[in-house]
Amino acid sequence: MFDRRDLLKGAGLAAVAATLNSTRALALDTVTLPFANGERPLVKYPQKRPMIGLTSRPPQLETPFAVFNDGPITPNNAFFVRYHLSDLPYNLDPDKFMLEVKGKVDKPLKLSLKDIRKMKATEIVAVNQCSGNSRGFFEPRVAGGQLANGAMGCARWRGVPLKTVLEMAGVQAGAKQVTFNGMDGPVSDKTPDFVKALDLDHAADGEVMLAYGMNGEDLPFLNGFPLRLIVPGYYGTYWVKHLNEIAVIDNVYDGFWMKSAYRIPDTPNNAIEPGTTPKATIPINRFTIRSFITSVPDGAKLKAGATTLRGIAFDGGKGIKEVQVSTDGGKTWAQAKLGKDLGKYAFREWKLPVKLAAGSHELKVRATGNGGETQPDTPRWNPAGYLRNVVETVRVSVA
Amino acid sequence: MQRTVLLAITLALAAAVGSAPAAPVNYKTPDEVAVFKPGPNLEVVQGNCSACHSSDYVATQPPMKDKKAFWQAEVTKMIKVYGAPIDDADVGKIVDYLAATY
Repeated sequence: MFDRRDLLKGAGLAAVAATLNSTRALALDTVTLPFANGERPLVKYPQKRPMIGLTSRPPQLETPFAVFNDGPITPNNAFFVRYHLSDLPYNLDPDKFMLEVKGKVDKPLKLSLKDIRKMKATEIVAVNQCSGNSRGFFEPRVAGGQLANGAMGCARWRGVPLKTVLEMAGVQAGAKQVTFNGMDGPVSDKTPDFVKALDLDHAADGEVMLAYGMNGEDLPFLNGFPLRLIVPGYYGTYWVKHLNEIAVIDNVYDGFWMKSAYRIPDTPNNAIEPGTTPKATIPINRFTIRSFITSVPDGAKLKAGATTLRGIAFDGGKGIKEVQVSTDGGKTWAQAKLGKDLGKYAFREWKLPVKLAAGSHELKVRATGNGGETQPDTPRWNPAGYLRNVVETVRVSVA
Repeated sequence: MQRTVLLAITLALAAAVGSAPAAPVNYKTPDEVAVFKPGPNLEVVQGNCSACHSSDYVATQPPMKDKKAFWQAEVTKMIKVYGAPIDDADVGKIVDYLAATY
């Protein structure tokens, strides 16, 4: 974690930098994520506040963790960004944008943004989280984007149910899956295009959404403007950005990004012995349950006495039943008070007044979902660095 | 009844605002400032790796015990999985650079 004041300083410099030259990524400041080789630049992109820069081409931006203490909705300009392939549709014209629906349907469709916006809109508050969120904390370390805990966010998404569009097109008998392709693609035609698939029952469950709105505004460009898929409770890999091609198929899609990438061990808890290789894998799917303390960064110095701890919790869609907090390294636990319920897919805020005596303390937080699942005391491991949900610890010194 | 009409007008207005033509996007990312560190065979690395991604992809990878095996696996992945057109003669040079430099 890093000091919040550093972040604010960064933000101030960013404003200056934006005035001087808006297309140049000045070294606003750096942050050091709490794992080896964790130094990152704070970078300023259009439509974004200063973010933790992971990579620049394609762009990958992590949300500074202090943002999560500001409320259960992550602002659009602080929402994380993750791409796989470098050919982004930087010059797309929303008036010419077309969503194509094809394959095993009675009536293939071509829908403009206007067509989609004319349809009856729905909204859902849902967390999006990168499969590799928190990968940097894996031990032994694994290859891939080395993220701390900021590749997640919660937004109010607005759009139309995918179910409605599939019904308009008329899914034919024998259909098994639906595939999703966005306008972003590879630089080389030898690189597999980023295409994802959902089972038909899931795609047509009425919750999976084609979203054009995010927190009352258009989607920011880097979050998938003008249209993206929302798959509540599922990892971000399925939330295809710049979505312009939907195909209904009568088989199980076997493209690289489903068949080989984004796989988790087919074992109980989807974990294996650290450093080993899984015998069998399945596609990654629902979020594991997680919770965080957001009001106090790791390594903070606090005054002895009464203070209120705050944070967030979320899971893969059952909803949060309870959050417990320990101030003595997990020996005793107290029940936190849950904040407003924004829906079973949303961040759930929690808070707990505690009294801290002078000395060192390990603060821990543990959520339990409505389905009874909770967080493990020791980290589970898999070779791609997915699904982290160990009980998180924040160490503070009190004087 | 009157309320229904009012609601309908409100919705129509909202729809009109909602469907106003959006401006074409011309999104500009900041200039790419990250560069590969100096090292043996730097130009081979620049020529092959930079076509598809920025150098920070390499620089942010974790420090591994067996650097050579780690980077060999990464370069193999780039070729086999992502179709990177790297000459056989360059593979060893790239792996050596990565293992020595990162």
